[in-house]
Amino acid sequence: MRRWLLILLSLFLCTAVHAEEDINISEIIFEHIGDEYEWHITEWKGKPIAIPLPCIVVENGVKIFTAHHAEEHGYTFNENGKLVNANTGKRPIDLSITKNVLALIMSSLLLLIVVLITARWYKQHDSLEEAPTGLASAMEPLIAMVHEMARENIGPDYRKFSPYLCMAFLWILFNNFLGIMPFFPGGANLTGNIAITLVLALFTFFTVNLNGTKHYYKEIFAPEVPGFLKPIMPVIEVFSAFMKPVSLTIRLFANMLAGHIMILSMVCIIFIVAKYGPLLGSSMTVVSVLFGVFLDALECLVAFIQAYVFTMLSSIYIGLARAHEE
Amino acid sequence: MSLVTPEFGLLFWMVVIFGLVFFLLAKFGFPIITDSVDKRSAKIAQSLKDADEIAARMEAWKVEQAQLLEKTRREQSAILKEATETKARIVADARTQARAEADKILAEAKLQIAAEKESALRDVRREVALLGVQVAEKVLRHELSDEGSQRAFLDQLVDEANETPIRS
Repeated sequence: MRRWLLILLSLFLCTAVHAEEDINISEIIFEHIGDEYEWHITEWKGKPIAIPLPCIVVENGVKIFTAHHAEEHGYTFNENGKLVNANTGKRPIDLSITKNVLALIMSSLLLLIVVLITARWYKQHDSLEEAPTGLASAMEPLIAMVHEMARENIGPDYRKFSPYLCMAFLWILFNNFLGIMPFFPGGANLTGNIAITLVLALFTFFTVNLNGTKHYYKEIFAPEVPGFLKPIMPVIEVFSAFMKPVSLTIRLFANMLAGHIMILSMVCIIFIVAKYGPLLGSSMTVVSVLFGVFLDALECLVAFIQAYVFTMLSSIYIGLARAHEE
Repeated sequence: MSLVTPEFGLLFWMVVIFGLVFFLLAKFGFPIITDSVDKRSAKIAQSLKDADEIAARMEAWKVEQAQLLEKTRREQSAILKEATETKARIVADARTQARAEADKILAEAKLQIAAEKESALRDVRREVALLGVQVAEKVLRHELSDEGSQRAFLDQLVDEANETPIRS
């Protein structure tokens, strides 16, 4: 009981300290879910602690500088916080290592290392004689699950596609969980970024359509339907083929983005209600912490489900493309 | 809205990095793991099948064993029965043989006894006859010591011989 009181008191003090600041909630949220030219970690004694990241711009040659020195190189930031040419106001080809790119590099390296260590275990041990230990025992169920999914959905030549599905599943899973982590090196909203999910969906799209069988393309362009449907069906089928990656893109993007926004909103409630007095502030703090815990738990579930759904749908699409005449 | 417009830079890096990591893992990572998992699954399936087969074989073997046991028991009882019969027959045979032998011996013994008895009787008879002759000799010698009695006796003998026919 005393511990709970202590927690309540400390929460109350926190809200009291910040009560004076007037805060812009949408700015905070969009900063968290968006991209930046530096990785802002926290503030310490009024000064921001951030990892400076290189801006790489391709416009009449490659230029590399940090965001602080942008103006020296003739660049400034537009209202969305993106680099633009100071003279023309146009966006250059911007290949900057932004916060999201750094998170992408780190999480991909993490995945690479984890899977290679797991693979090394299987190389060094006889899996027929001993059960996997350590990292291998953690990774095996996930990989075996995706492999099994590929086998069920794709058919006889599933081995060719199993690595892509494993890669997609583990990559999304890793980044979803890293995104939920509130501090460095997590916290980047990578799978809630439409560019990332678009690339993932395009990988699936090309995997599906570059491996399509004759039967698959016949179903699209010359399906066996009654005569009056003949001119309509190819249009619908082609449209559907292109809508599949779009739906994959938006499903993952929207789910992860919404999750991030919900959790951030719950945290922000604490700061919004703080200015209405200590009583309301502290009681709402308790409520929003409870909801925050609930939403975090929910997000852990969603993180897995979305990775699973993306992989599952990819495998089904590949399975459809590998269909043969019965 | 910057949220729903994909950034070119991020697209570029995502394609490069995801592609690179995928290439590496598809070559050195996942196939090794999935192959091992597949191999183990196959082994487990095979082991289960083998276990079933062995169980079936054990069942068949058990039945066979029971049959064998039954057969053996039957054979045993048959052998025992036969042995008992053989024993009884042998004993009976021995008994009849022994009886025959005994009868034969008895008959021989009887014959011999009879023969012995006969010879003994003959001896006794001979002895008695001799004794009689000797006694008669002595009596005669005593009685015929004088002339007169000798004559009287001879007369008597002649009388007797006349009265009775001569025996062979």
